[in-house]
Amino acid sequence: MSEPRRPSRPERVRVTRPPQRSASRARAGELAETRLGGVYMRSLLREQLRLAWWVLGALTLGVGALPLLFWAAPALAGVHLLGVPLPWLLLGVAVYPFLLALGWWYVVRAERNERHFAELLEGSERP
Amino acid sequence: MNLSMESAPGLVAVTLVALATLGIGTWGLRFSRTTSDFMVASRSVAPRLNASAIGGEYLSAASFLGVAGLVLVFGADMLWYPIGWTAGYLVLLVLVAAPLRRSGAYTLPDFAEARLGSRPVRLVCSLLVVCIGWLYLLPQFQGAGLTLHSAVGAPTWSGPVIVGLVVLVNSVSGGMRSITFVQAFQYWLKLTALLVPAAVLVAVWVGDGTPGAATSEAWGAGGWSTPLGEGGGQGLYLTYSLILATFLGTMGLPHVVVRFYTNPDGAAARRTTLVVLALLGVFYLLPPVYGALGRVYASELAVSGRSDVLVLELPRLMLDGPVGDVLTGLVTAGAFAAFLSTSSGLAIAVAGVLSQDVTWRGPRGRLHGITAFRIGAVLAVTVPCAVAVAAPSVGVARTVGLAFAVAASTFCPLLLLGIWWRRLTDAGALAGLVVGGLGSGTAAAITLSWSTDHGWAGVLVEQPAAWSIPLALTTMVVVSLLTPRRVPAHASRFMVRLHAPETLELDRG
Repeated sequence: MSEPRRPSRPERVRVTRPPQRSASRARAGELAETRLGGVYMRSLLREQLRLAWWVLGALTLGVGALPLLFWAAPALAGVHLLGVPLPWLLLGVAVYPFLLALGWWYVVRAERNERHFAELLEGSERP
Repeated sequence: MNLSMESAPGLVAVTLVALATLGIGTWGLRFSRTTSDFMVASRSVAPRLNASAIGGEYLSAASFLGVAGLVLVFGADMLWYPIGWTAGYLVLLVLVAAPLRRSGAYTLPDFAEARLGSRPVRLVCSLLVVCIGWLYLLPQFQGAGLTLHSAVGAPTWSGPVIVGLVVLVNSVSGGMRSITFVQAFQYWLKLTALLVPAAVLVAVWVGDGTPGAATSEAWGAGGWSTPLGEGGGQGLYLTYSLILATFLGTMGLPHVVVRFYTNPDGAAARRTTLVVLALLGVFYLLPPVYGALGRVYASELAVSGRSDVLVLELPRLMLDGPVGDVLTGLVTAGAFAAFLSTSSGLAIAVAGVLSQDVTWRGPRGRLHGITAFRIGAVLAVTVPCAVAVAAPSVGVARTVGLAFAVAASTFCPLLLLGIWWRRLTDAGALAGLVVGGLGSGTAAAITLSWSTDHGWAGVLVEQPAAWSIPLALTTMVVVSLLTPRRVPAHASRFMVRLHAPETLELDRG
């Protein structure tokens, strides 16, 4: 690490933690403190949280309910599909594409929400 | 240590992985210049590389060795471990990923301080990061001892020492930047090391006339294929508690959070998480295959209590000659990569916290930046390494499960409320962290030091998450509501920063 300092190389800066961005502060203040900004912000938050609840609800129903299902109906564990018992097929294989599909759906929707929010603000600034 | 033909493949594999890790680490060193490079790769890692690195870091000894061993012994209910470890990323994606990246926090203590503006909360968070990090490092080092013993016949202490040294050299010299390359490489190594032998072994099993598949007792004996183990109320409690701990604990792991900071922005953080979900899903298809094959070919491992070495020994049990040797070398390489990558990530996370929150004094006054980080790294590695050498193993996946429970009972409520609830106060956060940390921490300490009995008390202690998470969350909310005047003045501003997309902010840059 102790190589000769060449003039072309910029002075080494001693950083103990990454710099906090301050350029966006003005904008953040505007959104937090004006009434209209607050309304917009709360609507974005509500949209994103509702989306999160949908995904978590699907996760709870689709994956979280499985132990209860097998507890309530132990006979299901004996069912074979393609020579493999149903619990193994569900827990060992089918769960993963399901999780990925949920994640993909979430990313698409969350980005759409943010795009709408940005368009809304742009629109309100240039009437 | 006997250097026979038996141990040659393992020895070659371990040496190659260690050399490749150091080599790629040194190559990455050419890009590491500042402390920012050291800690967060200067925030310039593309989603696909970053996702491979996260996968490489996340898939630990517990995933590579532990799951197959647990499935061999306990059967289908152990499939909840890999499911939880993957679903944890979905929960993280949905609730935490983008806002956490936008918070600009590099570690969990950074987030706590930025959100609540409180030194005491920051210090408690730092303490928790170090505790969780060490609790998670311990089984990695123990697993390394197990692997070297099984593959080369080396004494058990040599594993922790070798892994500790390689991790130390790599993180001390290159930091986060070079580690990113190393870990991305190690994900693909681990996947190959599990996939290729699995394919060959399944072919062997088919060639043998698929023993065990037709008879239902191989699947059903002793409730092996029912996903609740011993069943009943306790089985149900254990399963749900494990689900809660893993689903909610992932977001609170110190090395996972650091990785999010290396994304360029919030949207990239989401995309990275999505790729991680895919990578983990592919990897976790494989350990159950080893567990099921082990049921047919290696049932004596389950009886003798050495189930953690199933993945390492199965190739030799099923195949003689050079093919078995090569496959053994491959799985040994993968296992070794698993210890190295996870330990590196944890060591960096713990070292980062130690170097920021503990003041180090050298002969010429306070130490800063890289020097403090290096001292932190030495401490982060040596403590769990010493414990791993001294203490007996409790089972790799179980110890990791406890680390998840502690993370879920402390950082999960802090992150969820900090990101989504404006009225969280420093007093509330502090109370919740202490209650959750003490509750789950005590349970973990009891489980690790005594073998618990099988009554309800033992079950509650073995898997604390189902009671400790709601307890911590409730404490945080109630105390925050009781101290409404302590809501930070900048809370609204900070919420905007967490949730507003970057495109907006850049326009006004």
